Amino acid sequence: MKLFYQFGKYILFLKGMFAKPEKVGVYIDRTITEMNNIGIGSLTIVVIIAVFQGAVTTLQIAYQLISPLVAKPVIGSIVSDSSMLELAPTITCLVLAGKVGSHIASEIGTMRVYEQVDALEVMGINSSGFLALPKIVAGLIMIPLLVIISIFLSNVGGVIAGEASGILTSEEFLQGARESFLPYNLVFSLVKAFTYAFIITSVSSFHGYYTEGGALEVGHSSTKAVVYSAVAILFADYLLTQIML
Amino acid sequence: MIELKDIRKSFGDKEVLKGISTTFEAGKTNLVIGASGHGKSVMMKCMVGLITPTSGNIMYDNRDFTNLHYKQIREVRREIGMLFQGTALFDSLTVEQNVGFSLKMFTNMSLAERRDRVDFCLEQVNLSGINDKYPSEISGGMKKRVGIARAIALKIKYLFCDEPNSGLDPVTSRVIDELLHRITEEFKITTIINTHDMKTVFDIGDDVLFIYDGHNEWQGNVRDIKTSGNDRLTKFIEASYLT
Repeated sequence: MKLFYQFGKYILFLKGMFAKPEKVGVYIDRTITEMNNIGIGSLTIVVIIAVFQGAVTTLQIAYQLISPLVAKPVIGSIVSDSSMLELAPTITCLVLAGKVGSHIASEIGTMRVYEQVDALEVMGINSSGFLALPKIVAGLIMIPLLVIISIFLSNVGGVIAGEASGILTSEEFLQGARESFLPYNLVFSLVKAFTYAFIITSVSSFHGYYTEGGALEVGHSSTKAVVYSAVAILFADYLLTQIML
Repeated sequence: MIELKDIRKSFGDKEVLKGISTTFEAGKTNLVIGASGHGKSVMMKCMVGLITPTSGNIMYDNRDFTNLHYKQIREVRREIGMLFQGTALFDSLTVEQNVGFSLKMFTNMSLAERRDRVDFCLEQVNLSGINDKYPSEISGGMKKRVGIARAIALKIKYLFCDEPNSGLDPVTSRVIDELLHRITEEFKITTIINTHDMKTVFDIGDDVLFIYDGHNEWQGNVRDIKTSGNDRLTKFIEASYLT
């Protein structure tokens, strides 16, 4: 019952958020700031994860597949496809659920416990819209871009690992990646990225917004935001794969 | 003028407000006193719409705040300024941005006009020249004064202050009291102050409402408070002096 209650509350939170903004210009300014926080602020971790993810996947695929019967470009094709279809969007977004999600929840949660959200309401500002909407829009713009960067860098990581270990040359890797490339896979990857971006930003905003208590509860909200976002991402991952592939 | 008609509020089985009816006159400093946990803050939160009362009506100059649509509530709220117990300044904004926040959100003032208004408000609270400081860089008393400047940035009709002197030294408390009193008289606003501080009551109070166990125990002019004949009020005042 509590799950349904929370879900209903989440839907009402989303509904309340989409009221007409008091001043569009202020919302646009806030969205740009959030794009910087979410996008630029997460770039380093995304780059590191993507490169190592591609590199490790290449080595593991090679370990499992290397045989005179399997052409080496197949390794590039598998790494490239798995990066695009699963690893880049899902792993990147699970990490972002931790980094961005906890940041959003603790920021809004702290504002709640220090009465800053109440101050916005008393001023006549739609606080949920003012606080959450720019973060959601910024997430919807920046997270898919981060996923695209992650796809590209996974392949770069694969090429580096292939060359460094002598398993396959960059030409063989890229030949495999090119031959197996399907534009639909990229569309699928971006659909995932948009869905996860919405989940991360909205679920985290929701948990931050309904924080009650003090510093301890801000920590709880932050943890809940990460856990719920991660579970929702995995659930959505299964659902989207079932529907679209 | 703000009128409360039989305001009740329950949290689960516990009834916190048990039918408060009162009137807060415009241009006066209205003090709400009472011990902690007797419903002062809940009443104030009901009045500004942060908590929905279980029953009763709150009238802002004959507008029934409790039965307005959310958009209309937001319109009324733009006439309200509130000084929170913990000031509730936005940490990531400078003093100037905090004070000018509502101007940016609700007016079409140019940057220069906004700056003029912010400077005027900061001047009113004797804080000129700290525009670029962040809330973390100023003292508790200064934060309270910035909170007042933010509350009066828009031309408000109603000012609510929840424990404006909490956590302040006696000298700064008197400065805040004087400011609130002067602003109330100068701008002819309806000011409602929740406080425990009896010195505040006697220094700047016009009308006083004493809340005991969620109901209106006594209401009257500050001049009559010592001769009220109400035992609970007398005990409260005596206890305040002892502390």
